[in-house]
Amino acid sequence: MEKFIKHTGTGVPLRRSNVDTDQIIPAVYLKRVTRSGFEDGLFAAWRNDPEFVLNKDEYKSGTVLLAGADFGTGSSREHAVWALQNYGFKVVISSRFADIFRGNSLKGGLLTVILPQADVEAMWAAVEADPSTAITVDLESRTVSYGSISHPFAIDDYTRWRLMEGLDDIGLTLKQTDSIDAFEEKRASHKPATLPIRS
Amino acid sequence: MGKTLAEKIWAEHIVRQADGEPDLLYIDLHLIHEVTSPQAFDGLRLTDRKVRRPDLTIATEDHNVPTLDILKPIADPVSKLQVDTLRANCKEFGVRLHSLGDLDQGVVHVVGPQLGITQPGMTIVCGDSHTSTHGAFGAIAFGIGTSEVEHVLATQTLPSTRPKTMAINVEGTLKPGVTSKDIILAIIAKIGTGGGQGYIIEYRGSAIRALSMESRMTVCNMSIEAGARAGLIAPDETTFAYIKGKPHAPENWDEALAYWKTLYTDSDAKFDVEVDLNADDLEPFVTWGTNPGQGLPLNASVPNPADFADSSERTAAERALEYMGLTAGTPLKEIAIDTVFLGSCTNGRIEDLRSAAEVVKGKKIAPTLRMLVVPGSARVRLQAEAEGLDKVFIDAGAEWRNAGCSMCLGMNPDQLAVGERSASTSNRNFEGRQGKGGRTHLVSPLVAAATALRGKLSSPADL
Repeated sequence: MEKFIKHTGTGVPLRRSNVDTDQIIPAVYLKRVTRSGFEDGLFAAWRNDPEFVLNKDEYKSGTVLLAGADFGTGSSREHAVWALQNYGFKVVISSRFADIFRGNSLKGGLLTVILPQADVEAMWAAVEADPSTAITVDLESRTVSYGSISHPFAIDDYTRWRLMEGLDDIGLTLKQTDSIDAFEEKRASHKPATLPIRS
Repeated sequence: MGKTLAEKIWAEHIVRQADGEPDLLYIDLHLIHEVTSPQAFDGLRLTDRKVRRPDLTIATEDHNVPTLDILKPIADPVSKLQVDTLRANCKEFGVRLHSLGDLDQGVVHVVGPQLGITQPGMTIVCGDSHTSTHGAFGAIAFGIGTSEVEHVLATQTLPSTRPKTMAINVEGTLKPGVTSKDIILAIIAKIGTGGGQGYIIEYRGSAIRALSMESRMTVCNMSIEAGARAGLIAPDETTFAYIKGKPHAPENWDEALAYWKTLYTDSDAKFDVEVDLNADDLEPFVTWGTNPGQGLPLNASVPNPADFADSSERTAAERALEYMGLTAGTPLKEIAIDTVFLGSCTNGRIEDLRSAAEVVKGKKIAPTLRMLVVPGSARVRLQAEAEGLDKVFIDAGAEWRNAGCSMCLGMNPDQLAVGERSASTSNRNFEGRQGKGGRTHLVSPLVAAATALRGKLSSPADL
């Protein structure tokens, strides 16, 4: 996974709340067996609308998505994270994210930042007034800044460390194999197994 | 101080705990399907890793399989590649797979319980948000993304931070015609689609205890629609009786039972949040908008966005009415439906089919609509056929299909056309969920059946 320390880019104001994963990428786009190429499915239902924010020239090179509350509700599809990343987004800012989406994003290196709704709205206004506004998201100092404004954000130390180091969770867990072996030794024998097959 | 049920199960599965790190949680059962697993198996191959516990892993084909002509090659080449990839991966890594045509093929959350592999006190994950269904047995069950699927395949564990606990107390007695689907739709309308974010919900109270096992699954299934990754119900005699005799029921039954009986929230335990709902007052519930929290009793009318105090809810309601093609003030019972979908991991089990069949028996569905009946699994389909339910539906004019996720998410050919309106027993009414431009009203199986007969949103009492 690529390290995330600091990113500077322009913002895309998505003034919608409850953007669910079926809006981020509809199910018909989930049939690929690779992790790439999902950008064509991103917000597919809205992309035909010339007024949709991603279709406006001034926002086409944006890398920081400024979303409404409850972003990423719905399914567990990590394709939603891949679609945002494949399209070029590095950061999503919202006042509230759905749990599974947030977990997926932070595992995959897409930084999701929680700011109060009033701050998100102020960023919408700033970016709409000047789409070239540079937004810097600094994981080291845990701040989002643009113009003369700087907002601190919270992220737990462990996740921050993993993202800054670009570490893969599986590699970290495999260092604990002894603990897993020990746990399995003590596991109750009445717990079900899928094999051998019983009918 | 005592512990809640979720805290007990969580504590029993901690492999490793360290300050400032998420707990490393042991996973008792990993369910797999074709959509969220290919990239995970690919990851294993790239790093030369194996599946640590194939004997705690099971796969089936559900999300994009056709419900017609299931023994012919899958017509959509992209769907076919995904299903073929699952078959190849399961073979290579030694994972048990129930393929199309197999007795235990079906929606993954119907298959686990029917095999008796879903049991109290377990941790269960699947790359599907409706994994919360299995919480009905008193298990911690939640959906995960593909990176986590790979993690569980490789290690049988998952680094996780324990969610907070929420109790939802449903006391009272449901009126006839009101079901567990109405309970959960009412809960979501009450706490909102983000209300459960960060929590494991425990559903409690006399109305929950009175529910059958399958009705409990419907409640837990839609925990995610309230924002909670997991929802559970303490196991009791209803749970034990359901598991007994299933293929994978414990051989050392007494030992398992003794353990299961320790699985309840202690009387002095404290939840982080408690929510109360009165079952006596509940009516059949339907959604009018484009998220599952936008629901109302069937007797109500389409709301006026201007009546919402919160500005973002008002904007969301305006957008929803526009998408749904609805006018404020229209009685919900006057909304004409084009397609009725009975099925899914929410309501595709045998009890759901029985209750809907009871309503349509000997009658004809409205000539203006089509009704799709999609059993949750091949086993449910055969059981229904043994009871003659297929004939009841076919005689009424409905289509009797094979098992799969089908129109719940429209990955296979079962989709709504642009502007088409459904009454659906599934779990999500998102824009385009059942097909691009399709409009979804979430309903119970009883409302689905009555709607099929009357042609407009209805409960059996309206017939």
